[in-house]
Amino acid sequence: MMERPDLKQALGRLLGPAGPEVGCDECFDRLDRYVELEVAGRDADVALPGLRAHLDGCPACREEHESLLALVGGEQAL
Amino acid sequence: MSALSATVGFVESSGPLSTLAPSPVLDPDSREWLRCLHAEGATREDAVARLHALLLRAARFEVARRRPTLPHLRGDELDDIANEAADDALMSVLRRLDDFRGASRFTTWVYKFALLEAAVKLRKRAWQGREVPLEPESWALLSGGGLGPDAEAEQSELLSSLQSAIGDVLTPHQRRVLVALALNGVPIDVLADRLGSTRGALYKTLHDARRKLRAHLDEHGLSPEEM
Repeated sequence: MMERPDLKQALGRLLGPAGPEVGCDECFDRLDRYVELEVAGRDADVALPGLRAHLDGCPACREEHESLLALVGGEQAL
Repeated sequence: MSALSATVGFVESSGPLSTLAPSPVLDPDSREWLRCLHAEGATREDAVARLHALLLRAARFEVARRRPTLPHLRGDELDDIANEAADDALMSVLRRLDDFRGASRFTTWVYKFALLEAAVKLRKRAWQGREVPLEPESWALLSGGGLGPDAEAEQSELLSSLQSAIGDVLTPHQRRVLVALALNGVPIDVLADRLGSTRGALYKTLHDARRKLRAHLDEHGLSPEEM
C-alpha cells in the first residue's frame, strides 16, 4: 500500500521501532557480544532481545554496529 | 567529555542481564590481555602500547569508512582524528577494564570503544560551524503528494494527524529533539553537544516522543504499519 519509499522512511524515522528496545548505553554494552554472535552465524536477536530494534531506531548506534561487524567480520574472514 | 560518557541512560531493558554474564572461561588471548594490563612495570607498559596500536587500527578503519563523506578533510586531519580517538578510547578502556566480563573476545570489546570515539568525532567535525536546525526545515517528506487517489486519502489523514500531534502532544523539548533528529537529520552526538546533553538522554527523549506519537495515532485508529 505504501508507494513512496521516502515517505515510509520518514515515518520510520519519526515513529521509530514498534517493539521494545534497549537504550544507547545498553546497546553499547552488548554490541561486542551481538556482533560476535552474528559473525558466528548464531541468532543474536534471540540472545540479546531489543538490540536490533534499537539499531533500527538509532542511526548512530546502527553505524557503529555496521563498523564493528565489518571490522570483526573482516578479521574472521582472514 | 569522551564519546563514551555521552552514551548514558537506558530507554527500556528488554533482556535479562544474564546475557552479560561472564563466560565461565575467558579465551586464552583475552586472559593474556587482562593479565598484562593488570601487571606492573614493563609488562603493563608494553600491553598498553599494544592496546593503543589496536585501538588506532580500529579508529583508522572507521575514518577510512567515513572518508567519502568528508571530502573537505585532508589526510593528515583525518589521521589526527584517528589518533585522538585512539587516545580517548584507551582512557575509556583502561577506566572500564573491570567491566569486561568475557561476553566477547577482548579485542572485539575494545574495538567498539575506538569505533565510537572516531565516529563521534567525525560526526561533530562534519557539522562544525553549521547551524543545528531545531525547527522543521520542511514538511515535504510528510506530504502525501505523488500517491494514487485512494492511497493519498488514507495516508493524508495519517500524515495530518501526525503533524498535528508533533505540534500539540509533545513537550517543546521533545518536539525540538524529534524534529532535529528525525526530520532534519542532525546526528545525535552533534545535537547532544549543542544542547549540553548526552546521546542516551536524547535518545530517551526521542523514544518518549515516538511513543506519544504512536499512542496518538492509535487513539485515532491510524496504524502506520498497516499502510
